[in-house]
Amino acid sequence: MKFTLSWLKSHLDTEATLAEIDARLTMLGLEVEEIHDPAKDLAGFTIGHIVEAEQHPNADRLRICKVDTGAGIIQVVCGAPNARAGIKVILAQPGTFIPVSGDKLKKGNVRGIESQGMMCSWRELKLGEDHDGIAELDADSPVGAKLVEVMRFDPVIEISITPNRADCLGVRGVARDLAASGLGRLKPLVVNPVKGGYVSPINVALDFPEDAKSACPMFVGRHFKGVKNGPSPQWLQDRLTAIGLRPISALVDITNFFTFDLARPLHVFDAAKVNGALTARLARPGEKLMALNGKEYELSAEMTVIADQAGPEGLAGVMGGEHSGCTEATTEVFLEVAAFDPIRTAATGRKLDILSDARFRFERGIDPAFLIDAAELATAMIVELCGGEASELVVAGAEPDWRQSIALRPERAEALGGVAVETKRQELILTALGCTVSEHGDGLLVVPPSWRGDITAEHDLVEEIIRVNGYDQIPATPMPRPTMCKPVLTPGQRRAAWVRRHLASRGLVETVTWSFLPSAQAKLFGGGTAAMHLANPISTDLDCMRPSLLPNLVVAAGRNADRGFKDLGLFEIGAQFDGPEPGQQRAVAAGIRVGKAVPRHWKEASRAVDVFDAKADLLAAIAAAGANPDSFQIGTDAPSWYHPGRSGVLKLGNKPVAAFGEVHPGVLTALDVKGPIVAFELFLEALPPQKAKATKAKPLVKLSAFQPLERDFAFVLDAEMSADAVLRAARNAEKALITDVSVFDLYEGPNVGEGKKSLAISVTLQPFDKTLTDEEIEAVGKKIVEGVLKATGGVLRG
Amino acid sequence: MDELDKIRVAALAAVAAADSVEALEAARVAALGKKGSISGLMAALGKMDPEARKAAGAAMNAVKDEVAEAIAAAKSVLEAKALDARLAREKVDVTLPVRPDSQSGRIHPISQVMEEMAAIFAQMGFDVAEGPDIEDDFHNFTALNIPAEHPARQMHDTFYFGEREDGSRHLLRTHTSPVQIRTMLSKKPPIRIIAPGRTYRCDSDMTHTPMFHQIEGLVIDKTTNMGHLKGCLLEFVTTFFEVDEVPVRFRPSFFPFTEPSAEVDIGCSRDGGELKIGKGASWLEIGGSGMVHPNVLRACGIDPDEYQGFAFGMGVERMAMLKYGIPDLRTFFDSDLRWLKHYGFVPLDVPTLSGGLTR
Repeated sequence: MKFTLSWLKSHLDTEATLAEIDARLTMLGLEVEEIHDPAKDLAGFTIGHIVEAEQHPNADRLRICKVDTGAGIIQVVCGAPNARAGIKVILAQPGTFIPVSGDKLKKGNVRGIESQGMMCSWRELKLGEDHDGIAELDADSPVGAKLVEVMRFDPVIEISITPNRADCLGVRGVARDLAASGLGRLKPLVVNPVKGGYVSPINVALDFPEDAKSACPMFVGRHFKGVKNGPSPQWLQDRLTAIGLRPISALVDITNFFTFDLARPLHVFDAAKVNGALTARLARPGEKLMALNGKEYELSAEMTVIADQAGPEGLAGVMGGEHSGCTEATTEVFLEVAAFDPIRTAATGRKLDILSDARFRFERGIDPAFLIDAAELATAMIVELCGGEASELVVAGAEPDWRQSIALRPERAEALGGVAVETKRQELILTALGCTVSEHGDGLLVVPPSWRGDITAEHDLVEEIIRVNGYDQIPATPMPRPTMCKPVLTPGQRRAAWVRRHLASRGLVETVTWSFLPSAQAKLFGGGTAAMHLANPISTDLDCMRPSLLPNLVVAAGRNADRGFKDLGLFEIGAQFDGPEPGQQRAVAAGIRVGKAVPRHWKEASRAVDVFDAKADLLAAIAAAGANPDSFQIGTDAPSWYHPGRSGVLKLGNKPVAAFGEVHPGVLTALDVKGPIVAFELFLEALPPQKAKATKAKPLVKLSAFQPLERDFAFVLDAEMSADAVLRAARNAEKALITDVSVFDLYEGPNVGEGKKSLAISVTLQPFDKTLTDEEIEAVGKKIVEGVLKATGGVLRG
Repeated sequence: MDELDKIRVAALAAVAAADSVEALEAARVAALGKKGSISGLMAALGKMDPEARKAAGAAMNAVKDEVAEAIAAAKSVLEAKALDARLAREKVDVTLPVRPDSQSGRIHPISQVMEEMAAIFAQMGFDVAEGPDIEDDFHNFTALNIPAEHPARQMHDTFYFGEREDGSRHLLRTHTSPVQIRTMLSKKPPIRIIAPGRTYRCDSDMTHTPMFHQIEGLVIDKTTNMGHLKGCLLEFVTTFFEVDEVPVRFRPSFFPFTEPSAEVDIGCSRDGGELKIGKGASWLEIGGSGMVHPNVLRACGIDPDEYQGFAFGMGVERMAMLKYGIPDLRTFFDSDLRWLKHYGFVPLDVPTLSGGLTR
């Protein structure tokens, strides 16, 4: 919403400065977006007088002018075709800020001739587009005076209006708020009804089915004859131009003026082109309208139209029709002042994709009691600017009942708003906003004005009171709070935080990627079904909810590789989406490593990442989450996006908790990313919940007085047999003594035979009550060998 | 006895002459070994009468001890020399770089800032609540007093899913406010929660990304008023930005789910083109807030005549950008390793109020 300062002052009697108005508007909730004050940038310009102009000796198009500055004569070289002796010009001398360039003017030398200033075009001052020559001022302009003192510059104020403040989509509403806040006095709006000279040859009617009566409760019209639709007067053109509208003709400019001045959109028909009565009704299937914007629209049955016998002549509240639009040739006019249903208007505008100033106001709600008065005010202006004669008013329907009484307990201002406002002041504020206020029991009874459809309940009144009173008057009160604060994170939130910091401490870099991705990528990771597609994606690259965090991470690794960073580890903690219903999402910690696990180094052998890097990250994450990595079964049936032979799944019972492995080379090819890349996915909510404990005490430590001892075994077993089976068998052979089992060698080759492998393990025995004898140690060894044989078929390597 | 003395002199001379551990060992064997010169003499003791044996034995033992001591002394000298020589050989260039195992990863600024916020609001007794990213119309709009045709729905550029069997369409939440609804539906007042999380709007340009993060706050009880809202956010911003004084300005605004509503600005200066949070000539908007609208309370089965409270929402990225001077919103989601390492946080920098939020 834009208006000029003088426009505002046509409604508001105020001594306030522009800066005061600026600050107050914002503090009233009418946020100032921009104030363009042309005078601000024009301080340095003065009025000059060209006393002599002669041809530049070295350039055909340049002239050397002697310019009277009021303080003396200077020499200015000028290329403007209209630079000639005798005219008054706008003069900049060295040091003056030039708006169009953003720089200060310097003394110049143009083709060997010194130039001590510049004479400006309107465009150079950013006061217009005219750049055909320098600006010529009136002959009586005082030489030497400052430009800003001679010309009147009207600052343009742009404010943003929240959807509830339909009344402030007109300058008068803005003025009323300012006046209510004490920044001046609202000038009265004087309505002098114009007596009609004849009966309108065009009648108005409402024709709606019972369930659509609200589409247009009231339609007021008036006929004019003998009108001359020429250009509108300069003051009106200036106002419209200032707010970015193009003046068209007096009639059209009047309707635009009412839209922005009083938030009251009007429409004018060329009455000669209207065929019979104008009826507001619902559109009939198949009806079309060529609108004023030159586009043809196909209408549907829920849209309201203004139609004559020939068909629709306008889309109610949205846009008029081209056929009956006013032109310069128009001499007979029909004025439409109607009330239209906000919801229907919004739906029509949205469906046809028409944005108009009328729609913007109707869909937010116009003043339902301001039809007759608006028609009278518009009549006066039409007759004043276009001449002619007005008919009597024609009216269909009636003003809808908008009055409602709201009981206000004055103490609510403090109870809800936190600021004490005296009852008397509450009354004053509400009255200034247009409310009717009366005493009512212990409190007040308030009838809001017709233009404030947004005020419907007590809390709305409280808001108005503390808003106009000033939010800056509300004291900041500290929150009453617990004497000692308790942990507030849920177990899941704590887990996520531990996992996050632990993964980062392992060298993985946390990232945050989109929740959506291209559906082709989703399909590679088990997603991409129709139900997971967005109906209105921002682009086809982000059209589907992610079924896994990995594709985004893999693609991110590819982007980094393209930038020259080929060795990295990334992780993300976030949701993956399993279904289209709220809650069908899982919290996942997922990570990838790509490139070298150990970079080239003078001491260490370089090595590429492999599946065991991903497994290590995963096990560390599980441990960080407070779960025991050994409590899961390891399966090899990882999802399809992993390398089938280099991947695993951790399960609790049948439930997968995590997966890890090399990303499938085929998937990498499809994503156009170079591998190998190893990855893991951990479903945080699938981890067993941590046991609630009564105290934080740790179990008692058991420290043995006896040294642990290690024994090594090497088994030959089928190549397919898992190391995990051997380790478990060994560990279970003598649980009371064996505290650790680890693999220290793996060999496959001719020495152990085809299809076989040798796995060497180290077993740690920890006696607790005595030193073990050789016989006892041997007995444990025997149990281990037997246990491994039984569980895996592995035999001790000879 | 001359013989003993000769042997003694010879043995000591051999020890003194030994210039290596091996030579010394040879000298020891020659004197004290089984077949050594002193051992040979001592073997003869057995043939002597007790008196003579006693005198000779004592003399021999004295020589034996003297030689043994000389050997021990020479040995420690030689060993020290040998060690020095070994250490000299073992010299390395300590300016060489260390093994490449000490790299640390980073925490994303969004995570860090959300933890900072949780730490601050925990002090004021706020729990941390969560809700789903995919929402239905009821939680995202209707219960928040945004009916189907309300113009406010056009303030949100909502991502929708396809039509479901019943004709409704699910959506990606446009704000974290649905968590308010879920909390009030599942929990009785008094309520104090914050709800950080992902939010989505169909918008993408220099200053908008289709996904971003918000943090929502909600307080419901019988007495909380707008002054508390002001106090709460004032304390929050001062603590969060870790500067002495952050002026806060409340500006009237409109949100369907609050009334009265306010936009929250913080003070800043832009001297020399550099943005500084704190006392200054300019204001920066950081979020929306207000008293929870009675219709919202009613939609959640809470009696607005008995209960009231406030809600607020802030953009997490925006707060991170303001606090840490990150210039471009879009870079948050780029996964550019260089950016992540520069703006990310080392994992041990856990924000606490006792230790300071930021190192």
